[in-house]
Amino acid sequence: MSNAPFRRIVTVNNPEGLHARPADMLVRTANKFTAEIMIGKDSEFVDCKSILSLLTLGAAQGTELTLTAQGDDAAQALESIAKLFDGGFDETNLVRGVEPAVDS
Amino acid sequence: MKFSDFITKDAIRAELKAETKEAVIQELVQALLDAGEIEADQQEDIVASIMKREELGSTGIGRGVAVPHTKHPSVQKLVGTVGVSESGVDFDSLDGERVQLFFLLISPPERPGDHLRALENISRQLRDETFCRFLKQSKTADDINQLLKEADDNQFVSG
Repeated sequence: MSNAPFRRIVTVNNPEGLHARPADMLVRTANKFTAEIMIGKDSEFVDCKSILSLLTLGAAQGTELTLTAQGDDAAQALESIAKLFDGGFDETNLVRGVEPAVDS
Repeated sequence: MKFSDFITKDAIRAELKAETKEAVIQELVQALLDAGEIEADQQEDIVASIMKREELGSTGIGRGVAVPHTKHPSVQKLVGTVGVSESGVDFDSLDGERVQLFFLLISPPERPGDHLRALENISRQLRDETFCRFLKQSKTADDINQLLKEADDNQFVSG
């Protein structure tokens, strides 16, 4: 299976950045696919199936990351993972919910 | 960010006695209280809120490491401690392994960046297997503190 790699740019949208819970969601999603999935910025790329590696990116809100995937289901894998980023890891509402009420 | 920026030396615990997830969290929060980093009347609430975070998904990140944490309005800056359990504790980790090494973090709600940088530092250092193994073998708080210091001085960094 010498499939060409797929590549996609994603942005960390959620205010909290890529902390433990989003990293956990990424790993769970990536593990549904057999493709080798890497994620990173600049010259530093890490395995998208390892929470420990994902946390080393320290990616704050607004960070652009590059995803690459190679394997039979690479295209679908990138699609699913990009959706997590686009949706802010379902965190935007959660964060808004716990923010202290602003006195008016 | 370095370990010395957020790990309270006096709250480091080797040979944790706790054998359950909640007991480990209790023991480490107690250590932070004993070190004067948190207020006594906030202790219960902090433990409850760390446990609540665990319900969203275990912070057991693999390799026998967990990073239980919460945001809490009672702290003015990021505070944290390290604990080592020789026999390990079942922490519902993603990889199913028992957890021997705990980094517990409490951060002010408005500083998500600090929390992220602490996680980045912890994970970068732990990627070095030697550092990770030495920490798990530590028998005293001094051993742990010495290892953290060496890590801060880049003696383990693998990239």
